[in-house]
Amino acid sequence: MYDFAYHKPASVADAVALLAGADDGKLVAGGMTLLPTLKQRLAQPSDLIDLGGVSGLSGIRREGDALVIGAMTTHGAVAASAEVKAAIPGLAELAGLIGDPQVRNRGTLGGSICNNDPAADYPGALVALGATVTTNQRTIPAEEFFTGMFETALEEGEIAQSVSFPIPEKSAYTKFRNPASRYAIVGAYVARTAAGVRVAITGAGPTVFRWKEAEAALSANFAPSAVEGLKAPATNLNSDIHASAEYRAHLVMVMTKRAVAEIA
Amino acid sequence: MNALPETGIGAPVRRREDFRFLTGRGNYTDDINRPGQLHAWIVRSPHAHATIDAIDKAPALASPGVVAVYTGADMVKAGVGSLPCGWLIHSRDGTPMIEPPHIPLSPERVRHVGDQVAVVIAETRQQARDGAERLAITYSELPAVISMPDAVKPGAPLVWDQVPQNSCYDWEFGDKAAVDKAFQEAHHIARLELVNNRLVPNAMEPRAAIGDFDRGTGEYTLYTTSQNPHVIRLLMGAYVLNIPESKLRVVAPDVGGGFGSKIFHYAEEAIVTWAAGKLHRAVKWTADRSESFMSDAHGRDHVTTVELALDKDGKFLALHEHTLANMGAYLSTFSTCIPTILHSTLLAGVYTTPAIYAEVRAVFTNTVPVDAYRGAGRPETTFLLERIVDVAADEMGIDPAELRRRNFIPTDAFPYQTPVALQYDSGDYFTTLDMALKEADYAGFEARRAEAARRGVYRGIGISTYIEACGIAPSQVVGALGGRAGLYESAEVRVHPTGSVTVFTGTHSHGQGHETTFAQLVSDLLQVPMESVEIVHGDTNKVAFGMGTYGSRSLAVGGMAIMKAVEKVVNKGKKIAAHLLEASEADIEYKDGKFQVAGTDKSKAFGEIALTAYVPHNYPMETLEPGLDESAFYDPKNFTFPSGTHICEVEVDPDTGVTTIVNFVAADDFGRIINPMIVDGQVHGGIAQGVGQALLEGCIYDEKSGQILTGSYMDYCMPRADDLLNFKVSTHNVPAVDNALGVKGCGEAGAIGSPPAVINAIVDALSSLGVRHVEMPATPLKVWQIIQDKRAAKAA
Ligand SMILES: Cc1cc2nc3c(=O)[nH]c(=O)nc-3n(C[C@H](O)[C@H](O)[C@H](O)COP(=O)(O)OP(=O)(O)OC[C@H]3O[C@@H](n4cnc5c(N)ncnc54)[C@H](O)[C@@H]3O)c2cc1C
Repeated sequence: MYDFAYHKPASVADAVALLAGADDGKLVAGGMTLLPTLKQRLAQPSDLIDLGGVSGLSGIRREGDALVIGAMTTHGAVAASAEVKAAIPGLAELAGLIGDPQVRNRGTLGGSICNNDPAADYPGALVALGATVTTNQRTIPAEEFFTGMFETALEEGEIAQSVSFPIPEKSAYTKFRNPASRYAIVGAYVARTAAGVRVAITGAGPTVFRWKEAEAALSANFAPSAVEGLKAPATNLNSDIHASAEYRAHLVMVMTKRAVAEIA
Repeated sequence: MNALPETGIGAPVRRREDFRFLTGRGNYTDDINRPGQLHAWIVRSPHAHATIDAIDKAPALASPGVVAVYTGADMVKAGVGSLPCGWLIHSRDGTPMIEPPHIPLSPERVRHVGDQVAVVIAETRQQARDGAERLAITYSELPAVISMPDAVKPGAPLVWDQVPQNSCYDWEFGDKAAVDKAFQEAHHIARLELVNNRLVPNAMEPRAAIGDFDRGTGEYTLYTTSQNPHVIRLLMGAYVLNIPESKLRVVAPDVGGGFGSKIFHYAEEAIVTWAAGKLHRAVKWTADRSESFMSDAHGRDHVTTVELALDKDGKFLALHEHTLANMGAYLSTFSTCIPTILHSTLLAGVYTTPAIYAEVRAVFTNTVPVDAYRGAGRPETTFLLERIVDVAADEMGIDPAELRRRNFIPTDAFPYQTPVALQYDSGDYFTTLDMALKEADYAGFEARRAEAARRGVYRGIGISTYIEACGIAPSQVVGALGGRAGLYESAEVRVHPTGSVTVFTGTHSHGQGHETTFAQLVSDLLQVPMESVEIVHGDTNKVAFGMGTYGSRSLAVGGMAIMKAVEKVVNKGKKIAAHLLEASEADIEYKDGKFQVAGTDKSKAFGEIALTAYVPHNYPMETLEPGLDESAFYDPKNFTFPSGTHICEVEVDPDTGVTTIVNFVAADDFGRIINPMIVDGQVHGGIAQGVGQALLEGCIYDEKSGQILTGSYMDYCMPRADDLLNFKVSTHNVPAVDNALGVKGCGEAGAIGSPPAVINAIVDALSSLGVRHVEMPATPLKVWQIIQDKRAAKAA
């Protein structure tokens, strides 16, 4: 780790000001991704601005037909929340599948989505549920938020504050874990909503995407057999020592099928 | 009969070291800090193969806090020697293996990613690292050779110019003529090509070393994460740094796991010791995990063809093995004996195969050195044997359990001379097989397979009947086979004036629980409370000598040395007692902690004798020295031969390729057991590692760049609790004949027996698809691909 200046502001405004004033400032939430990067000296920020002291960034509350979860809410808190389990059990289950207990007790919703690791779990839920991300500047629909591998729509100085998840009729997440890292090789989040069926796939491609073919098939017949014969295109899927693009394409179908089976 | 039933031999005493370890009170090398200590950062090669054209130290030396920068050229100039290899193997043409030099910092050329190029020493670790980043090194990349089959092809790039075809040695062993003849006459020949996958040891504690130098006394001290501090003192002192033993102390304090990887004398140990001598300050180095992946000696990595000849009844007639064994870029301390002496000598397995022939070629590649890793050569043997037996059973339509039984060495045939040098002293393979078959409900398996098929999953069961050679090893045998050291063990039993006892052992405990087991042993032998017995190990200034811990040798060899020393203590005690009791020495017997005149109630307690030895007011001074402190060296008569049966049952999900272990049974023969709970723990850990090799772990290199693609836990998959299930372990113990304790050793058995059981189960599960073999690790991707290919082939 290289030396850096450490700040712990109490408000979003102070955090924004600190960011603006720093040469190369970086926000830190749970630090689960950022700190290993620093330890390996892969990044050299001049300033770390810890969001841990900013009030109002964490917590889970119901707002009409949506669950609003603060950016600094840990995965562990989401996984254990009675509110989440009651309203969107698939989301609580997803949070409980992230990493290990230590990671879940530190890592945050905001950190996960702002980092947008292609193998992260949350992006699947955000896109399938049609969530919106509220920042200090605006509200961004999930599908516009995740723009590419490790890339988001966030502008310089923009801080994610919360995510609003519309409550679906039913939803489920199934994950095929990378045996080593336990991140998603393929994660399928399937949601039945008033607006129709939505299927979001994480892990398989450079960033989360909707599997429209499966959505159409499931809209006609919401049953595991509806996706059985479908084949996700292997083009543009990730390929590494753990999973070829072909294998990932196959797993997209299998995980979607299993998520549907959980709901149906 | 045992007066100490709670703590004596056979009692499941809780490990006394665990309080220290579990509450953070351990004292590991990295916990040690010396006054004025400096920190070293090792600069490692980013290339698999390159010449070092220039190193500009100036920017690093100018970096804040940097005290010194040393390179390979500095070491060569100072006369630093080469890290030695401890075992000489001769090629089939009689020529000795080729031993290229291994200077702790590589001068001129780097030969694998992670090779040590320079050391930057600074006031803090961060400053050393900062300085290392500023060191300007100019390399010219050379073509690298990563895969062994590529390395032995004509025209392949050479890791060492003086080693043609990258062949360190080309060794043969056994009776080729007899094997050829048997193969000509055989009813059936089973043949298989297989790979024993390269593993990274991954001890929980990374390697660390602190070199210290006392200008006042001229004495060097090395604190290091070692399984055998005396061996390190000998090798580093005599071969590398030219420091006499009398001026070099090596301390291996608490060590957090070794699995073989901490046996070897590593470059970093010599670097910090040498630097401390030059700088007159202590120098500390601790590996980070990334460094461990590219600098700890790796394990396994064999490419093998095996053939088994059988008669029409399935009796084994002959076995032939051809293996390429990866050495990596340099010869690590015991690398050369692993695929030969510790491997091919076990090719008889538990079977009566009369003719055996092995050809092993050791190959240099531009990869991390490969050496002993839990089992060391024997898991490789067991894997090829137990796989080919299953292939033969399948091809001949004989049940795999039955085929094994037909070929087992009969229980009344011991001592049994195998055709490959070893003589087995004892064993009972039938009983452990039967125990395991019963526990695994082998008879009921087909119903479970059918039930699984209805759920759309493949279910399979796999057997492995293994044997291993432990208790390493009789020195004269070792010498005749090329070993450059003796492999006896030493012990000292020091009885203090008030009767408490300190035992000094030359073995080393780094997870095995010796502080408990050895205390139980001594307490039982002396019939004194276990609390009064302390075990000391790991410091060359405390323990006279020792060969360390590996090869499941600590109890069978080290425990025997302790027993010998205890006997000397008792014998001397008898002399003292005879004097005090005015009896003849021959009439004194030692029982229940008392020296007693046989047939009388006249006795002296152990503590009274100890006190008399140190306060010898009434003492046979003319014939006996005061004090009660005895030492012994024990050289084993033979190896020991633990054996057993592992049975694994799996389900394979064809949708994902995921293998789930649904049952795992082990029935082992470990000879006499001192602490059954510790034995269970060793077996559980060993099986976990074996399952890791079979399903999860594999070190993968990029074949072009020579970069390790599995260089962190993001990609190298260690077994975790939720990958495993509750193993059903039991023992049927036939006491060893060739040591008086009757013990055999249990540290490696789990890792040796389990991989073929897992793979046999997967192959069995997929047998209806025509699958004959699955390489390790059987990852979901690999298994899914095999299923896809077989299904496609069937459909076509
Ligand atoms: C061992 C391990 C296993 C893991 N396994 C999984 C897994 O299975 N699935 C999974 O999805 N994830 C996994 N993770 C990732 C982890 O769960 C976290 O979600 C992730 O590390 C980021 O969250 P964080 O709070 O730690 O963010 P940090 O590491 O603190 O920050 C990450 C990035 O986001 C930025 N950032 C953080 N908060 C905000 C904000 N509010 N606004 C704008 N930018 C912000 C930071 O500047 C930084 O660039 C794993 C991590 C580890 C270490």
